[in-house]
Amino acid sequence: MLPLGLLAPGERAEVVELMLEKPSCQHCRCPGASPHSLCRLGDLGLRVGKTVEVLNASGAGALLVKVDEARIAMNRGVAMKIKVRRKA
Amino acid sequence: MSLKIALIGQPNCGKSTIFNYFSGYKAMVSNFPGTTVKYTVSQVVFQGEEITCVDLPGVYSLTSTDPAELESRNYLLAGEADVILNVIDASTLGRSLELTLELMSLERPMVLALNMMDEADRKGIRIDAPKLSEMLGVPVVPTVAAAGRGLTELLETAVQAGHVGVRPVQVMFSRDIEEEIAELSDRLDPDQARELGLPWRFLLVKLLEDDPHLLAEVGRRHPGCLPIIRNHQKILAESHGRSPEIVISSERHALTVNIFEAVAKVTPSQKPTWRERLDWIATHKFWGYVLLLLVLTLFFQVVFRLGQTTENFLVGYLDQAQKLGGVWLGKDTLTYYLLVEGLFMGIFGGVAIVFPYLVPFLVGLALLEDSGYLPRVAFLMDNLMHLLGLHGKSIIPFILGYGCSVPAVISTRILESPRDRLVVSLLAVLIPCSARSVIIFALVAYALGPYWALGVYLFNLLVIGILGRISTMLLPEVSPGLLMEIPEYRKPTWHNVLRKSWYSLKDFIVVAWPILIAGSLVLSLLKFYGFDGHVNDALRPLTALLGLPLQVGTTLIFGIMRKELSLIMLNEALGTTNISAVLSHAQLLTFTIFVLFYVPCASTIAALSRELGWKQAGLAVVISLGLALVLGLLTRSFGALVF
Ligand SMILES: Nc1nc2c(ncn2[C@@H]2O[C@H](COP(=O)(O)OP(=O)(O)OP(=O)(O)O)[C@@H](O)[C@H]2O)c(=O)[nH]1
Repeated sequence: MLPLGLLAPGERAEVVELMLEKPSCQHCRCPGASPHSLCRLGDLGLRVGKTVEVLNASGAGALLVKVDEARIAMNRGVAMKIKVRRKA
Repeated sequence: MSLKIALIGQPNCGKSTIFNYFSGYKAMVSNFPGTTVKYTVSQVVFQGEEITCVDLPGVYSLTSTDPAELESRNYLLAGEADVILNVIDASTLGRSLELTLELMSLERPMVLALNMMDEADRKGIRIDAPKLSEMLGVPVVPTVAAAGRGLTELLETAVQAGHVGVRPVQVMFSRDIEEEIAELSDRLDPDQARELGLPWRFLLVKLLEDDPHLLAEVGRRHPGCLPIIRNHQKILAESHGRSPEIVISSERHALTVNIFEAVAKVTPSQKPTWRERLDWIATHKFWGYVLLLLVLTLFFQVVFRLGQTTENFLVGYLDQAQKLGGVWLGKDTLTYYLLVEGLFMGIFGGVAIVFPYLVPFLVGLALLEDSGYLPRVAFLMDNLMHLLGLHGKSIIPFILGYGCSVPAVISTRILESPRDRLVVSLLAVLIPCSARSVIIFALVAYALGPYWALGVYLFNLLVIGILGRISTMLLPEVSPGLLMEIPEYRKPTWHNVLRKSWYSLKDFIVVAWPILIAGSLVLSLLKFYGFDGHVNDALRPLTALLGLPLQVGTTLIFGIMRKELSLIMLNEALGTTNISAVLSHAQLLTFTIFVLFYVPCASTIAALSRELGWKQAGLAVVISLGLALVLGLLTRSFGALVF
């Protein structure tokens, strides 16, 4: 298992866990480490059990990942909170 | 009472396109998630019946987070809509159905528009619409909004659904959740739902789901109920080992997966499409920036070349006409000042100087917006935004700012934190809007060349960057990470591009142009009676400081009304359209930089005080004025060194 943020472009992996820390977001109280980010993940279709593919990663910056038919741009901080298992 | 149809869907599903088809062009259509932040209402007459259509901001779920989403949720929960028209992007059906399930629980007549069927086809997703309709208990209409396909049928179906009172099926969760709902239902009083105007079951589920707004509402009216609700939340949480909102949202997700698998077949194509290859380049950590630079350069070159050619052509005639007028009417008569310097130059100055740059600029911007390239730019710029301590999402107001500062300020509603909204609004109004771009093109690009204009834009970004850094130090806050959907590339439709450009151009014609003409008349009168001298004298400290000719003073005052006005006025104040003959390169640059940064225009100040309060708007005026002074001085010294 490793964080999604460490995958290289082109790699595919299965989402194992969204590392939900203690509730911190006041608006919707999503259990995200950074406000909203993790509750949004579910909205955008990224959930435990889904297969994700890293399309591009801009150095230390954001990642572009593909989940089902959607492409999601996420900051590396968010990507480091998503545990995944590499797929062949 | 006319039938009220509310369009609701996830961001970028094509709601606005559908709404516009029904209502004429009213809402903004962009290939950028989250451009609708306010709801738009329109009256439509359909088959002899008056119908009210409402376009609501896109939401991912009814658990609202930012103010724009809250607006949609409040509208729906208030029970205003007779028919809920749920627009779905068929190419992301699985995910989109979650919102549908939530909407169904509002127990209102509902219709589902399966939009973007063309894109679903391309991605190899086949959807059995009749079966979906049967499973949900709501009519389903496949559409391709961009091509206008299926939309008449959609409206027909929606109207009918309203008359017949279609009821969606009730969404059933798994047994243990249903048990909790039943128990909570026994403990609470159904009147509570009636008081709030909500369906009973909807309220129960939302309370179990720990919805902060409804919980607060119920807690305010019936404080005694809170412990009971908390208790049931706890039971749910303990039996699943997860928080109650996650239990229920996972449940909803599981239901949608089942529905999706029952109605859709996916056969993805194996080889990468050109879109995927293009995306690889557009978001690449090196090639992405190269492409960005190419696109920007192309954009500037095209806008500038087109603008310059047209301007040269038109200004020649304008000058001749002015001279002719002088000969006919006599150069020092009041009629000459009023008719030629005031009216004529006001009317045709707009046409000859503003239009040539404004039109290609607006069309170009609309093309970029509709192609879907801008979200890729947001992706590339995320690093930069974080360096500034800003949310990745704040790129949207900045990008809109290149069109006009007013929508840019309004779009800060998509930001969750008030601090972000303040900082981003204050910074976004510094982005050169189309009016200021016209000034940059007509003065700097015209006299010094297009690369200098590009330089002005980059300098502007640099200044905003530095200010962003400073504001992060003054108002520290951890900015949440970027998380944004990147939409598909779409071939911009000429229809939409032209409509959108026309829409912005119309704003210039009906709002700015009359002001330009009136301003031009006022200035000609001031000049005739020699009052302009007093204004200029009063502004002498400013103009002297910046090393600009005295006559420029009045133009700066007029520029606060509309930024284009400074440009037109400049011609008039200096008495020529050939400005580079009168002003040195350094002066031109200083003038442009000063006008670029100083006091936002009147409409923007109004928008700022609406969104942030008049104190903050005042702050924006003071800060920008100070900033413009400092930068103007810097440019003056820079000019002295370089030219
Ligand atoms: N291929 C395709 N594109 C479509 C269709 N309908 C709309 N579009 C395009 O999708 C993009 C988004 O459309 P909008 O109408 O702005 O979407 P919206 O749901 O109002 O988006 P927000 O205002 O951001 O919530 C635009 O570029 C449209 O031209 C369709 O049926 N097929």
